[in-house]
Amino acid sequence: MFSLAGLTRDMLMSRYEFDYGPRSIILITNLPFPTLMFKKFSPSTDIAGQTPVKSSVQRAIRSAVLSQWKIEPETLEAIWPKKEGLVHVKCREHVSIFTVHGEPLIIQHFDGPYYPTLRLLHKYPYILPKVGVDRGAIRFLLAGAPMMCPGLTSKGGYLPPPDAALPAGASVAIYAEGKEHAIGIGLLKMGSEEMRKINRDMGVEVATYLGDDLWALKAL
Amino acid sequence: MPSKKNQTPAAPAPAAEQSEGPPPPDPVPPVQLLYCSVCSFPPEYCEFGSSLTRCKEWLKENHPDLFDKYYSDDALTSKVGTLSLEAQAKLEEDTAKKEAKAVAKADAALKKKLASQVTIKRIERNKRKHVTSIHGLEAFGVDLKKAAKQFSSKFATGSSVTKNLQGHDEIVVQGDVSDEILEMIEAGAGVLKGIPVDNVEVVEEKKKKGGD
Repeated sequence: MFSLAGLTRDMLMSRYEFDYGPRSIILITNLPFPTLMFKKFSPSTDIAGQTPVKSSVQRAIRSAVLSQWKIEPETLEAIWPKKEGLVHVKCREHVSIFTVHGEPLIIQHFDGPYYPTLRLLHKYPYILPKVGVDRGAIRFLLAGAPMMCPGLTSKGGYLPPPDAALPAGASVAIYAEGKEHAIGIGLLKMGSEEMRKINRDMGVEVATYLGDDLWALKAL
Repeated sequence: MPSKKNQTPAAPAPAAEQSEGPPPPDPVPPVQLLYCSVCSFPPEYCEFGSSLTRCKEWLKENHPDLFDKYYSDDALTSKVGTLSLEAQAKLEEDTAKKEAKAVAKADAALKKKLASQVTIKRIERNKRKHVTSIHGLEAFGVDLKKAAKQFSSKFATGSSVTKNLQGHDEIVVQGDVSDEILEMIEAGAGVLKGIPVDNVEVVEEKKKKGGD
């Protein structure tokens, strides 16, 4: 009798979750971005499973990537050939990594934007818009801290000019003062113009950075 | 776009290899960049890593041109950029500290590795049957799954990676193969390379009388 009651309650609970479509949409819009998705990441415990992606879903991802990144279809074809199946690596906290031949290429959190991995970005640096941080911020970025506005607006930092302003929520490549290659990939917490105006608090949340556990992971 | 088309035939030449750039519909070739083989960062970021001295040595030896670019006096003065002098000094101090810490950590890890034991245990299952469990291989950088596979193909018996009571991973091989495994470790067969024999001990576990 007791177990029966437990069973029905479980069933109810599962129904409850499935029926709440609209609520989950609200969740998506103000879902907190997991800062430091890969600060602590160990493949043995944080990966829930790997599955090949259905071709229809692959098509959807491909078109989404083409619209979100500044990349030509031919180039994307070169890094991710149509014939090669994408493998979806599910990780904890709704983080997804998509790999081709075991090499991580695309990362995504929940339904958020698709980010390239840092190694991919190094190879094709033009696919994401750029922001720069000054030299003082590098140390903190490499420890996984989010980037504060003053580091972006100061003399060593770089924000796109007003006519190419970036809105909040854009994914960006983070560059460092005096350095040639990207140091991290992040998500703008406020628009670039807003940053200039307010000039305090968090400007860019960091998704992945040089030397985090995803960087250490060369193949899955 | 047409300008790009003109560039592509020339571009792969400096890019050297086109591992992923089949020529047909002119994909843009990837930027070839060098990663430091010591700390895996692009060399310009080595100074923020925890092994700057070793990175520097490596770069000087293998890519002297890049070494000049990043560590010559000009580069050092210009890279300070907008940072104040005190901040720069602090940064350098921090780097040195970090490096010392990393070295100490590596030393500790090495010591631990040298001190760690591999236990080959013969466990009695019933009177004439045994299983052999091998514990502690992972400390020597052995992939347990691969090792288990190697054992099972070598002895033609079941072999698997399981968690023991303490929650550590160990390899359990069916049958009494403790002597053979000891020999394999001595010979360094397959994935069992680099395990000092002194650190291996063979023990036997008898079933307790009257136990369950």
